Amino acid sequence: MDFAFSEDQLSFRDAVRDLLTRECGASVVRDAWSNSDGRSGQVWDLLSEMGVLGILAPEVDGGMGMTMIDLVLLVEECGRVALPEPIIEHAVVCAPIIGGVVSESRTVTSFIGGSPFALYADSSEVALVERDRRLFTVERDALRLTPDVAVDGSRRISTLEWSDSDATEVGGPLEAAAAFDRGALGAAALLLGLSHRMLEMSVEYASERRQFGAPIGSFQAVKHHLANARIALEFARPLVTRAAYSLSVGDPDASVHVSMAKAQASDAAMLTSAHALQCHGAIGYSFEYDLHMWMKRAWALSSSWGDASLHRARVAKAVL
Amino acid sequence: MELAFSPSEEIFRQEVRAWFLENVPAKAMPSGDTREGFAAHIEWERRLFDARLAVVSWPEEFGGRDASLWEWIIFEEEYYGAGAPQRVTQNGIFLLAPSIFQFGTPEQQARFLPKMASGEETWCQGWSEPDAGSDLAAVSSKAVRDEAAGGWRLTGQKTWTTRGAFCTHLFGLFRTDPDAQRHHGLTYFLMPLDTPGITVRGFGRLDGDEGFAEVFFEDAFVPDDLVLGEVNSGWGVAMATAGSERGLTLRSPGRFTATADRLVALWREHADPSDTELRDAVTQAWIDAEAYRLQTLGVVTTLSKGGHAGPEASMVKIFWSELDVRLHELAMRILGPRAEVADSSWAKGWQFSLSGPIYAGTNEIQRNVVAERVLGLPRK
Repeated sequence: MDFAFSEDQLSFRDAVRDLLTRECGASVVRDAWSNSDGRSGQVWDLLSEMGVLGILAPEVDGGMGMTMIDLVLLVEECGRVALPEPIIEHAVVCAPIIGGVVSESRTVTSFIGGSPFALYADSSEVALVERDRRLFTVERDALRLTPDVAVDGSRRISTLEWSDSDATEVGGPLEAAAAFDRGALGAAALLLGLSHRMLEMSVEYASERRQFGAPIGSFQAVKHHLANARIALEFARPLVTRAAYSLSVGDPDASVHVSMAKAQASDAAMLTSAHALQCHGAIGYSFEYDLHMWMKRAWALSSSWGDASLHRARVAKAVL
Repeated sequence: MELAFSPSEEIFRQEVRAWFLENVPAKAMPSGDTREGFAAHIEWERRLFDARLAVVSWPEEFGGRDASLWEWIIFEEEYYGAGAPQRVTQNGIFLLAPSIFQFGTPEQQARFLPKMASGEETWCQGWSEPDAGSDLAAVSSKAVRDEAAGGWRLTGQKTWTTRGAFCTHLFGLFRTDPDAQRHHGLTYFLMPLDTPGITVRGFGRLDGDEGFAEVFFEDAFVPDDLVLGEVNSGWGVAMATAGSERGLTLRSPGRFTATADRLVALWREHADPSDTELRDAVTQAWIDAEAYRLQTLGVVTTLSKGGHAGPEASMVKIFWSELDVRLHELAMRILGPRAEVADSSWAKGWQFSLSGPIYAGTNEIQRNVVAERVLGLPRK
């Protein structure tokens, strides 16, 4: 028994964290709200150069042929900086099953069960789509997009239509179910990262902001809100790690483990964003302050890839 | 990362499981928090000890097996999974023993540990006082130096002493430096409860069992060799013990995963499956027990590699105690009006679970610890 990441996994995580801290500050996220494609610009290319986007891609496709346990911490880092990119769709869902993602540097999005929208379809080159529990790829030119405006302005969402004649089958029901599980786990990991950053922002703010002659973070009511968020994350993280491990080793219960992780991470993220906002007071409610960008991403992801209720129902089916 | 036990650990599990299958009493014993039940539980402890199962993680010379933390986790899973009796020796073997291992002299270890393991000597905790509960550093019971006799004379009162009326010994904190403030000038003493000058009065807990006691000290003499650690350094010794109480050793995941499994069985038997709100709440409690188990595996991994459990132990204490309440609350909901029957294990467990957020430092205090020492929020 050894429930810890390896030195290699942790140092890769640190390297990705350094890169993202340097290259993906809050201004990159803010720019993505108003730029043409809603994305990060060069950060995506830097992650690609580091190999992050191709970790799950087979080696014959230029990927690393590694598994979810090697990727999960890196996805969490993307959440920490609220990276505005289709990281789940591209690197977690599609990379293992669509050839050429890495070798041809094509951005892939997905439009599969559990997610009513495709993300960044406009700026992707190909989409993984699902029909009748089968997976297909469709080239960008053959997709008809119906865009919507998301609460999180960096999330460029649309529904997709295509003709069967333009779709190339890449998987059946098993692959479709596995792709959904990967997406749900990816969302859970992003939610952990987003939540930890929201908590950090709140601790920083509550330590500086003074009222009644003292930092508001010295008041027990504020302390307890933030402690509750920290506890929720403490008991979500091991479920996320275990689910990543189960996907990596092909555990027969991996789907249930993913559902436990996503349910817990969704709830923990909603709790954290609520407490973060409350502890910031009015400043957190203002558009100029960064917190709302993290909160809105957390709101979207807690419902995407199956919300807590859907995943609890999946666990109930297996356990009760 | 590797999430499986080794073959030798699985063999250990099989041995333990077989022993429990053979030996766990079929009929529930009377509560260990009554005089009669306590005696029955001590007999059970003796059987555990004879099978070298009372303190598996201790060194062999004191009655253990030198079991690893992983084997200890397995032991606890099997113990609670088998529905084995409550551990009335727990304040000794889980709370005091880690401090004796860390701070005790070889003589103290040889003198106290084997008899603690066998249940021959039973220990209660003398920390709380009428005016020092969550604010433990406010203890005012004092020990005055008696140089001629080579020891200390104790005066004052302890209270909320679990099973104090049935135990043979007490470990407690007393103020040895009258000029020192707060957590300075305290000393950690070990003593038999039949020491002249000590009076114990048992009283009822919430459930009516005589599980509480108050202990009065009137010039009770305790010799120097019963000081644990250094004089005036009792706070550090106590905090090492408190870490055990809040963290890993007292509340192993096996207890909560077993309760969650019993809750699921109760749901299957009695609940209306169309009540999806109840179904989801039961599922969430089961997920939380699993989250607690996995979090513990992470902590044990850290400890096994030589790391330490820090203030994170406070998060653990908050989580298990509130999970225990939720698990029992849900059982009460499923049982509905039948929950009123007093001698059911759920009714008993529900009342006991309500003590979890209070003892071992109230959860309000623990949340302050999390905020200040884990998150780094300002104290003032």
